[in-house]
Amino acid sequence: MAAPIDIRRFTGFRALTILCLVVLYAPLVIVAIYSFNDSTSITRWGGLSFKWYFDVFSGPEAPKFRAAAINSFTIALGAATCATTIATAAAVAMHRTGRFRGKTASLALINLPLMVPEIVTAVASLIFFISIGFKTGVMTIFIAHLVFCIPFAYLPISARMQSIPDSYEQAAMDLYATPWEAFRLVLLPLMVPGILSGFLLAFIISLDDFLITNFVKGAGIETLPTAIFGSVKQGVKPNIMAISTLLLGVSVVLVTLSWFVGRAGQSKR
Amino acid sequence: MNRTDIAIDIDRVVNRYDSVTALHDVSMDIREGEFFTLLGPSGCGKTTLLRCIAGFEDVTEGAIRLRGEDIAPLPPHKRPVNTVFQQYALFPHMTVLENVCFGLRRRGWTEMDAEGRAREVLDLVRLGDFAKRRPTQLSGGQQQRVALARSLAPNPEVLLLDEPLSALDLKLRQAVRVELKQIQRETGIAFVFVTHDQEEALTMSDRIAVMSEGYVQQIGTPRDIYEAPQNRFVADFIGETNLLDVEVSAVSGGMPDLTLPGGMALRCPAADSARAGRGHLSVRPERISVAAAAEDTLPATVVDHVYLGTDIHLHAKLSDGEPILVRIQNAESSAIPATGSMLGLRIEAGAARLLVD
Repeated sequence: MAAPIDIRRFTGFRALTILCLVVLYAPLVIVAIYSFNDSTSITRWGGLSFKWYFDVFSGPEAPKFRAAAINSFTIALGAATCATTIATAAAVAMHRTGRFRGKTASLALINLPLMVPEIVTAVASLIFFISIGFKTGVMTIFIAHLVFCIPFAYLPISARMQSIPDSYEQAAMDLYATPWEAFRLVLLPLMVPGILSGFLLAFIISLDDFLITNFVKGAGIETLPTAIFGSVKQGVKPNIMAISTLLLGVSVVLVTLSWFVGRAGQSKR
Repeated sequence: MNRTDIAIDIDRVVNRYDSVTALHDVSMDIREGEFFTLLGPSGCGKTTLLRCIAGFEDVTEGAIRLRGEDIAPLPPHKRPVNTVFQQYALFPHMTVLENVCFGLRRRGWTEMDAEGRAREVLDLVRLGDFAKRRPTQLSGGQQQRVALARSLAPNPEVLLLDEPLSALDLKLRQAVRVELKQIQRETGIAFVFVTHDQEEALTMSDRIAVMSEGYVQQIGTPRDIYEAPQNRFVADFIGETNLLDVEVSAVSGGMPDLTLPGGMALRCPAADSARAGRGHLSVRPERISVAAAAEDTLPATVVDHVYLGTDIHLHAKLSDGEPILVRIQNAESSAIPATGSMLGLRIEAGAARLLVD
C-alpha cells in the first residue's frame, strides 16, 4: 500500500500555516497584551499594569458593563438551555423515527440559521417583533438568540447520536422499559456528552452575538458585545481591551470544555 | 402434538416493508424447553422473524402466539421474551450488575431482590466477580455472558438469541456453544437461536428451521435436516453434498426408481413431493464407498485427493464429466487411489436422497 500523501511535505506548507495563524490570532494577542498596558494609549506600551481590569469592575463604566454582563449571561444561559432542549428533541426525531414526510425539510429548517446571512435574520426579526407589537428588550434578544442557537446545539448532539446504535434502546425495551424509560435511562445518558458540548457551543454563540442583538435589543438594554461597541464609538480605551480579553478568556474556556466533553464521550464508546 | 407443549406458535406470519416481503407465510411451532434454531444465509429472514417475536418488526399478516396468546400487537416492552443481541447492546454507562438488574427493576422488583437475582444469574454464567465492572472493561466472551445473564434474569418465557456467537473468535465460539447448551438445559427455557453457521445449528439444536429468501425450507431435528433434506437448497446448504442429475422413472411407496448418469439403477428415499421426471439426487460424500469397478457400481475417474488428517477427500469425475466428492476415512488399511485411476463407487440405497428443486 502506498503511503498516504502527507500535506505537511508540500512546499510552503509551513509558511502558509504560520501566515494563517498570524493573521487569525495576532490581533487577539495584541488586544490581550495591551489590556495590561499602564498607559492610556492603545498603541504605546507604558509598562505592565492591571489597572484597566480594575477599571472594568470599578471604573466609571463599571455599572454599565455589569448590567450588560448580567444580561449577556442570563440570555446565554436561557437561550442555550432552551436551544439544547429543542436540539436534543430534534436529534432524537431525526435519528430514531426512520423516514417521515418532510424529514429533509425539517433538517434544512433546523440548520437554516447557519445559512441565512445574519443581517437578514436581524432585520427580519426586528420587523417581525415590531409588526406583532412585541416590545423589544431582553425577551426579544432571548427569542432571537434561541433561534440561531438551535443549529449550533444540534450539530454536536446529532454527531453523538450517529454513534449510538438503536440496539441500546431496543435492548432496554426488550427488558420491559417503556419507550420513555428507554429514552430517560439509556439513550439520554449516552447522549450527555453531545448535549453538554452542544449546550456550551450554543452558550458561547449567544454570548458573543452582536449583530442580531443590536437590532432587536431595544433602547437602554445592552449585552456585553453591544456595550463594548457603544464604548468604542466614543473612542477605544484600554478598558475595552481588558473586557474583550475577559470575554475572549470565557470563550476559549467554554469552547475547550465543549471539545473535551465531546471527545471524552467519543472515546468512552 | 399436545398444544400445551408449544411455547410459541408462529402462524402464517408475513412481514412486508414497502414492497419488500421479508417473510412469506412463515409457520412453525417452538416447543417448551427446546433449543430451536433459525438457520439460513444472510437475508433469508431469520433475523426478521426473531425481531417479529421480540416486537421490533411488524407482523404484517398472521399471528405469533406465546402460550396461546397473540403477542403480535404488543409493543416490545410488554412481551415476556428477552433477546440477546448480536452486538450484545450492553449499556455502557452502567455496571455489569446494573445491566443485569435493568429488566428486573423495570418489572417492579425492589433493588435488593433484583440484586440478589442478578448475582444468582451472574454466578450461573460464571461472572460473579465482575458485577462492579463496566461492560467495556470485559472481553468479548465475558460481554456475551453478561448479555446472556441480562436477558435470563427476568426469567423470560422464551429467550431469543440473534447470532450471539458471531462476534467471538473460533476457539471461544466452540467453548461457548457447549456452555450455552448447558445453560439452556439447566434453565429449561426455550431458546430461539438465529445463526448462519450450520455447524453451530447442528451441534446445539433440538430442532432447526432452515430458511431461505423469506420461506421456511424445512423444519426438523439436525439429523432429519442433514440426512433427509426436503429440497435442493437444504441439501446444499447443510454440510457438503453431491447433487447428481438423475432420471426418475417411477415413484411408488416413497421409494422412486431412478437412473444415475452412468446408467446405474437405484432405489432410494425421496422428498415427499418427488415425482417422475428429472430430479436431483443428494449423496453425502461420506456415504459413498469405494470399490473396484464392477457391474453394480458407479464408474468414476480419480481427479485429485485432499488429505485432511481424519479423512481423505477424493475428487472424482463420473462418466458424463460431472464432478463427485467422496470422503473416505483415514484408516490404516485405506490406500489412496492414484490420480487417473478408475474406481467403482457404491451408493447404498439408504444413503442417497431424491430431491425436488
